[in-house]
Amino acid sequence: MDLATLWFLIVGFFFIGYFVLDGFDFGVGMSLPFLGKDDTDRRQIINTIGPVWDLNETWLIVAGASLFAAFPYWYATLFSGFYLALLLILVALILRGVSFEYRHQGRSPEWSAAFDRMIVIGSAVPALLWGVAFANIVQGTPIDEAGNFTGTLFTLLNPYGLLGGLTTLLLFFTHGVQFVALKTDGELRERARALAARAGIATIVVAAAFLTWTVLAHLGAPHAALIAALAAAAALTLIGATLANRAGREGWAFGLSAVTTLLAVATILAAMFPNVMPSTIDPAYSLTIENASSTEYTLQVMTWVAVFMIPLVLLYQGWTYWVFRKRVTRASIPVGAAH
Amino acid sequence: MLEWLDPLALARWQFGLTTLYHFLFVPLTIGMALLVALLQTAWVRTGKLKYLHLTRLFGRIFLINFAMGVVTGIVQEFQFGMNWSDYSRFVGDVFGAPLAMEGLLAFFLEATFIGLWIFGWDKLPAKLHLASIWVVSISTMLSAYFILAANAFMQNPVGFTINEERGRAELTDIVAVLTNPVVLASFPHTIFAAVMFAAVVVVAVAAYHLARGQYDETMRTALRFGGVTNLVAFAGVALSGDQLSLVMVATQPMKMAAAEALYETAGPASFSIFSLGTPDGSSEIFSIRVPYLLSLLSTHTLTGEVEGINDLQAQYVEQFGPGDYTPIIWVTYWSFRWMIGLGSLAALISAVGLWLTRGGRTPAGWAWKVAIWAAPLPMIASLVGWIFTEMGRQPWLVFGLMKTEDGVSPNVTGLEVLISLVVFTVLYGALAVVEFRLITRAAIEGPKEWEDHSDADDIDHAKLATVY
Repeated sequence: MDLATLWFLIVGFFFIGYFVLDGFDFGVGMSLPFLGKDDTDRRQIINTIGPVWDLNETWLIVAGASLFAAFPYWYATLFSGFYLALLLILVALILRGVSFEYRHQGRSPEWSAAFDRMIVIGSAVPALLWGVAFANIVQGTPIDEAGNFTGTLFTLLNPYGLLGGLTTLLLFFTHGVQFVALKTDGELRERARALAARAGIATIVVAAAFLTWTVLAHLGAPHAALIAALAAAAALTLIGATLANRAGREGWAFGLSAVTTLLAVATILAAMFPNVMPSTIDPAYSLTIENASSTEYTLQVMTWVAVFMIPLVLLYQGWTYWVFRKRVTRASIPVGAAH
Repeated sequence: MLEWLDPLALARWQFGLTTLYHFLFVPLTIGMALLVALLQTAWVRTGKLKYLHLTRLFGRIFLINFAMGVVTGIVQEFQFGMNWSDYSRFVGDVFGAPLAMEGLLAFFLEATFIGLWIFGWDKLPAKLHLASIWVVSISTMLSAYFILAANAFMQNPVGFTINEERGRAELTDIVAVLTNPVVLASFPHTIFAAVMFAAVVVVAVAAYHLARGQYDETMRTALRFGGVTNLVAFAGVALSGDQLSLVMVATQPMKMAAAEALYETAGPASFSIFSLGTPDGSSEIFSIRVPYLLSLLSTHTLTGEVEGINDLQAQYVEQFGPGDYTPIIWVTYWSFRWMIGLGSLAALISAVGLWLTRGGRTPAGWAWKVAIWAAPLPMIASLVGWIFTEMGRQPWLVFGLMKTEDGVSPNVTGLEVLISLVVFTVLYGALAVVEFRLITRAAIEGPKEWEDHSDADDIDHAKLATVY
């Protein structure tokens, strides 16, 4: 395997890590109005991701920077092309991030309610738009000879793109609700399990449609079998997650929905391979792993950094999750304002 | 196309605005992480409650600020691709590497250990918990190093070759990029300036409480700690700034000439503290000058020759072809002076404050007011310092290789940039108000939550951990 292909996998790994991790943050954020009956509930829900949402979001920064370093042309075309969609994602991530920090600094219920709304919107918008963005990358976009995207925001809002967005929205929602079930106690935990069961069904239907469409659209690819296998595996683990949730196995349910996210993103990556941004104007204009990548030397330098750092990062992040492994109980939420 | 919808001008305004805004939070994050780590170390080693109180108080201010630094930082990474796609294509092979290293080596550490520190008071042993804030502090500095190395490439490109066929700069020597003489000087300069800002915030908070006769012993400690730290950091800023000037003369002589508005090559060259020129800037009406100082700054000799704008312009035309290679002189001239002036003023105020409070003395009321209002000085100095550095680089985006006008995204319309500029301005403005209120409220409350504790054995560690 050449270095450019290796980096396609490494960048893919960072995006998978981002979607698996921040994906459940999004779901937890979106679940507030469904699961939070009172302020203590809502604080319990938010505190399940309190110590980790920031490090989860950092996967996006690392994914973006690795994309820049390893595939500057992909980074340039994608970020300038999907301009307004990315602007919306940025605004949403800003609102969500500050809301976690600011929510508990206020004194009035109105203050908390306002930031709760921002957490919900700030979680739902990226959960939807990341799906739209990745579905469009796979489907192909109008890219001209100079490698520039020539469409608008509305170019992205086509049926396949929107179905992709709906898929990630529901998948992250279920994934996050399962995380709440795994990390809380009492009535809240029961409610989360019930909601995950219902949301799971809707997710299976929508995700199956999206995955089937993806497989059918790439039947002509030389590695069509791999794409189909990944998609089928994603569908199976998703069904497994829903069944595990029904059986009251919260750890299995969450773990399987994490694997579903991994496999779904892997399906997308396999479907775009060896392109990274296929052009719908002329296949000759498509950005590929080969023509969008950095030089051999840059990739060598980056490979050394990645080889040493990725295991270390996984180790200390895993340890953090271990430190905060206990459930966030209702009793652990102090009465009245925090601090 | 309407003239005010010029994507280039709007993209430049957006980059300037979002970057300066991001940099409101960065210095306090870098500086305060270090000061909180020092305070917590004092707590763990001495067991004196005042150090725990100060760790908690400034830790809280650090956290309010940290959230803004994180979320505005993502915008920074995204907008290279969004607004400056041709720039990204041109430099990505070189410029992307330090950014990716920053993420893998620094941001992951920072984000992970900040969570452990905030939420881990009762879950980690005291020493491991202390270690986590030190990891945060070190990783904030590490990230500063990588991003300044990337910036240094724009000021003084090294370690690359130009591939004419691909039309891009290609990395040939990562060590050269990471040891660019510009970053070796700008890194300590930035870090010391950040510590200055955090230190004067500590002094201001202490002064507020001392003026009201509250928490006297704790706040006196804070005041002396902040004051001394500020003076030490100022010495670091001055020394590294001097080094940075030397590097600048060697690598970007036009920037130094523009800093002094020196049109004609001179040796010995004097330094003007203040000057009034004709509106077009071509000649001088009145100025206060320090003889030999510019020669001293630029060459470390009293009579060394300093190249003037006109000679450099002629030289660049010969080298790069016809064009205007001069930055906007009034911007560089004044930003350079405000940077030095405000930074020095902050140090002076700390020195006077330390003198007035020596041996347990209590100064007159006006002194506390001065200390409180001096809090933003190093921050403003840092901001105008960045304005100087980046405006002094113009018209180049990457010095000698790519002009700013050639780096902008060709397919992004003026309207799109305008929309994002307006969105960021409104959003950032609103958040600045909230942020400022929360920080001042935390500062004014002081270590209130601790009034009922009289000795270290009373501490319930479960109550120290933050609960959102």
